[in-house]
Amino acid sequence: MKLRHAQANRLYYKPMESSDSRMKSSASLHFKTYLLIFLMVIFGPLGNVLLGKGMKRIGAASLGTPTDAIDLLSRVLTSGTIWLGIASLMTFFAAYMLVLSWADYSYVQPASSVAYAMVALLAHFMLREVVTPLRWMGVLVICLGVLVVGQTPPRTTEPS
Amino acid sequence: MREPILYLLIIGAGTGGELCVSRAMKAVGEVKDFRPTALLRVAGRALRVPWMWAGLTLMATGFFALLGALSIENVSLVVPVTALSYAAGALGGRFFLGEQVTRRRWAGVLLVCFGVALVIMGRR
Repeated sequence: MKLRHAQANRLYYKPMESSDSRMKSSASLHFKTYLLIFLMVIFGPLGNVLLGKGMKRIGAASLGTPTDAIDLLSRVLTSGTIWLGIASLMTFFAAYMLVLSWADYSYVQPASSVAYAMVALLAHFMLREVVTPLRWMGVLVICLGVLVVGQTPPRTTEPS
Repeated sequence: MREPILYLLIIGAGTGGELCVSRAMKAVGEVKDFRPTALLRVAGRALRVPWMWAGLTLMATGFFALLGALSIENVSLVVPVTALSYAAGALGGRFFLGEQVTRRRWAGVLLVCFGVALVIMGRR
């Protein structure tokens, strides 16, 4: 506990000359974070929409008998759209992993929720799903929440 | 009856998996070098953390539940519903990962949840 306190003191009472480099490193931390969240916001929704498209073509999943399950699995695994979706989600996942190595989960998760607007847009334009005005409003409120979260510092725990 | 179970799996297994993976990545440490070989080394180190395997298993479960739900419902409904994991995520970040979730961040999360509720109500 004592040690932690000493560490905290060192963090907050650094001499003036180092404040410039500290600002620079905080700016690059923000840049890296935003860049990876941007990749997440593009590839996550794209993956979901492609999966949705593929699964709609395959039809409602039924797991009644083992033959049903195997049949379903083989249809899922031979669909090009599904594989494109999986590749897209893996890109999303890689960006997600990397950003979580330095940023808080409770920061990244809400910040990446711009993805919900992206899903609505892609579902509307790629899948011709009907997105009602109330739903668009919900999407806007989600983005507002994202802005609020974005104003908080990306890291609250000390690097180990 | 099938849909609520699928949503529960997507949210429960998905968020649980992400929390485990997040914990594993914190153990790996901040990634500063983005060259391919360095990234491969990071992946190798990550796979030696048990939390990573627990997380990947849970996330895979969530993924198959997502496929199931997408075969029944529209993408523009399923994906927003899964955002109910935001509350679970903030709680998990606070209690499982020891992150400080400030009042402002809670407010943002609440707004996000409210938006998600509107999206669900916006069903035709």
